[in-house]
Amino acid sequence: MKKPITLTVNGDMHELYVDTRRTLLDLLRNEVGLLGAHRGCDEGECGACTVHVDGLPMNSCLRLAADLDGSEILTIEGVAQNGQMHPLQRAFVEKGGIQCGFCTPGFVMSALALLEENPHPTEPELRAALSGNLCRCTGFVKIVEAVMSAAEQLTMSNE
Amino acid sequence: MSNEPLKTQNRKSKIVNPKSLIGQRIPKLDAPDKAMGRMTYGHDVRLPGMLHGRILYSRYPHARILNIDVSRAEQLSGVKAILTAADNPPTKFGYGKDNTPFKADIIRSLRDEVAGVVATDPDIAEEALSLIEVEYEPLPPIFTTDEALAPGAPLIHLEHGSNLFTTYNYNHGDIGVGETESDVVVEASYKLPYVNAAAMETCVVVAQFDPRGHLTLWSITQIPFLLQRDLSEALNIPGSQIRIIQTAIGGAFGRSLDIYPFEPIAALMSRKTGQPVRVAFSRQEEFMAGPARQPCRIAVRAGARRDGKLTFRDVSAILDIGAYVSWGSVTPLVMIETAASLYEVPHVRYKADCIYTNNLVTGAVRGYGNPQSTFFTETIMDQLAEALEMDQAAFRILNANRPNTETPQGLIITSCGLKECLEAVAAAADRGMDSTGVEEQGSREAREQRPGGYGLTMDSPTVKRGIGFASTLNVGGGARIYRSDGCGAIVKVDDFGHVTLISGSSEIGQGSETVLAQIVADVLGLQVSDITVLNSDTDVKPWDVGVHASRTTFIAGNAAHQAALQVRAQIFETAAEMLKVKPEQLVARNGQIEVAAENNPKSIDLGKVIRSRHYREGGQVIIGEGWYDPPTKLVDKDTYKGNISATYGFGSQMAEVEVDIETGIVRVLRLACANDVGRAINPMAVEGQIEGGAQMGLGYALSEELIVKEGQVMNPDFRLYRLFTAADMPHIESYLIETDDPEGPFGAKGVGEMGGTPTAAAVANAIYDAVGIRLTELPMTPERVLAALDKKYGRGY
Repeated sequence: MKKPITLTVNGDMHELYVDTRRTLLDLLRNEVGLLGAHRGCDEGECGACTVHVDGLPMNSCLRLAADLDGSEILTIEGVAQNGQMHPLQRAFVEKGGIQCGFCTPGFVMSALALLEENPHPTEPELRAALSGNLCRCTGFVKIVEAVMSAAEQLTMSNE
Repeated sequence: MSNEPLKTQNRKSKIVNPKSLIGQRIPKLDAPDKAMGRMTYGHDVRLPGMLHGRILYSRYPHARILNIDVSRAEQLSGVKAILTAADNPPTKFGYGKDNTPFKADIIRSLRDEVAGVVATDPDIAEEALSLIEVEYEPLPPIFTTDEALAPGAPLIHLEHGSNLFTTYNYNHGDIGVGETESDVVVEASYKLPYVNAAAMETCVVVAQFDPRGHLTLWSITQIPFLLQRDLSEALNIPGSQIRIIQTAIGGAFGRSLDIYPFEPIAALMSRKTGQPVRVAFSRQEEFMAGPARQPCRIAVRAGARRDGKLTFRDVSAILDIGAYVSWGSVTPLVMIETAASLYEVPHVRYKADCIYTNNLVTGAVRGYGNPQSTFFTETIMDQLAEALEMDQAAFRILNANRPNTETPQGLIITSCGLKECLEAVAAAADRGMDSTGVEEQGSREAREQRPGGYGLTMDSPTVKRGIGFASTLNVGGGARIYRSDGCGAIVKVDDFGHVTLISGSSEIGQGSETVLAQIVADVLGLQVSDITVLNSDTDVKPWDVGVHASRTTFIAGNAAHQAALQVRAQIFETAAEMLKVKPEQLVARNGQIEVAAENNPKSIDLGKVIRSRHYREGGQVIIGEGWYDPPTKLVDKDTYKGNISATYGFGSQMAEVEVDIETGIVRVLRLACANDVGRAINPMAVEGQIEGGAQMGLGYALSEELIVKEGQVMNPDFRLYRLFTAADMPHIESYLIETDDPEGPFGAKGVGEMGGTPTAAAVANAIYDAVGIRLTELPMTPERVLAALDKKYGRGY
């Protein structure tokens, strides 16, 4: 069965006719053509597919696309502005928070949501917020360092 | 920020040029694209007309296929082809030449490929799988190595004649003499689990046959050139007709070190349909059909003299390799190295049996036998130190490998910082936790003064604290597993001074291309941004063995270094003519070729030199080539002795844990990691390897186990197969010990696998320190901790 929906993805409106079995992740990857949200497990355990749905971080593999009519989606492709990395992305690069990078878009989206809600997280708060995202390369050390440093930098630039 | 997790300790520094790129924390070249979600991973490959393949696995672990009825599946709209063993080439493949794409007649495990469907959509393919009717005759299965070796046991591979695939026997010295010389002898038996590499990207491949019959494979392999050869065997076509293009790879960790049936299956699917075909594993498939680390049982005896010197080690191991042999069955070779050569031991005997069962197929996972071997070697070391009433760190330092020695196994140890590694982690233990509020409780002094005993913490009567040590020895200068351990490199420069390094090696996330760019840029006086690294296409790049054995920085680094030096010589030759000086007077710096002489400074732009060489009569191209095959030997096929690596890496870890004796939960508070890395070309990347390794090592210690019952994985998802998350990880301190290896590029040696190798032993030893129980089965789950506490202290201790 198919259903028409309207989604705003990274500011662009898409009118789509979606199979009701399809997840948001399927839709982004196969219909919208955005491949930055990654399919690591397809069952909501790894966080590699994290995107923002109406401002909240979610595993896009767990949301049926047909339920999201009228929603605003932000994916990793919408985080950089005019080709310039967001300070959080730059911190991941500069602090060594990226190795194979398959998990990175999910971590960036989760961390971005946290910093929007809580611009000054403690390290335990940050680690808890990132505990739904798995990484097999970094041991999380430099990911945590990157987000903490981005938080500081964002605070400074806001003052 | 309260967290200061990283301490890079530079013991010694060879490079004097402060502007050198060597030793700089340079971000990965591909990191911006990865941060912005712009990389093309294997899962992202989309080709025009691409179809989707799915694989039907067996319903029984051991059975005969009587009939396969595909008639209903064929009728499903969107199905393009259905394949079975009838589509197999006549050849077999794999390390033991015991495998085929689809299985004909006999099924040997639940992950055996019975049939495959190609369809326009993965869902249609999946639905078609459910319509294939297979008639099986179940055969008696073998799930344990004991059953496999029992007299009259059914043979898993008839043609092999035995379920014992192979035995490794190693000896040096004389165990009898070792026993006689010992003042203390300890022993233990171990049981180690299946684990999965759990790379974040699951197995995936896209195969395309072109009209000439040539195959292109978009692949996540670690071994493109060996895969080319392996596929040639599996498909019975010339290797010259196979091209492997590596996509961005979402982690591999040894998982992609071999050919697996899904790869030739995708190729067969493409040949049959005439279209590109993608086969991508679900996470469940990855856990079930991906290669796991071999489970093993090990019995160890070891002795030492009253003065603390080791006398002997006697090891006997049984590995369940599953239904087919992969390169993973060679892991006993690596296990020998640690059993025979970690610390100086005069008498060692080692035996390992690799046994076929109807269980999971096993393969390579980061460390390749070494996490297993280091676990028993280092927990036995702990028992010996205790029996001798010696300090754990001091006992290890007393027996540590030393620089410029040859072990009885024939390993030639040149640079060696094991003693310094142990000293670094012992000092970390003495200092206590350095950044949080618990330092007082953590320091050794504070622990010893605490009322109620060594292991008791102040905050809870049921939570006890302890520390443990473990070290590792790992190949650090390649590993001659194949006849060649070589890697090729080509460096070329364009008209504008932009440099391309074409390296045989592969980037699998570890950061090798950045390290190689640093090496080339440093030689040519450029920045890493001036270097493009091409390393992903067998039609373009020179030959290489592949990413394994922590070899890339060392081997590919030396090859790239050679090629860059050749290019620099060519540049200097031309620049010398242009500047009317001798080549020896020139240096390359900041994109300029300069005359070093202070009294007559002259310089010329690099691009101008290149153009001058191109645009002249009798012009020449500027190109350098490197080939590095280390000065090592294949180990002797009977004695397993010989210098397999051009240098060896060493590392030590200190784990500090809390054990809750009510719940059995072990919490690692802190892991201090010291590694002899030769020289850290990029300390940030080196730390990344160690920290990531620690995450895997902690999982091996405490949480990761594929639970396999009757050949079936019972926990094929991340909810039940537990990786350490950001919230679970302890505080990690990383100490880089630089010993300036004489053979390594700029003194560097390999570090890729050492991070997680000693971790399980360090944690086990810390648990003993805390609560007095020796756990010999991994992972050390709360259930196992409580059972061991009950056994030692009785119920209600």
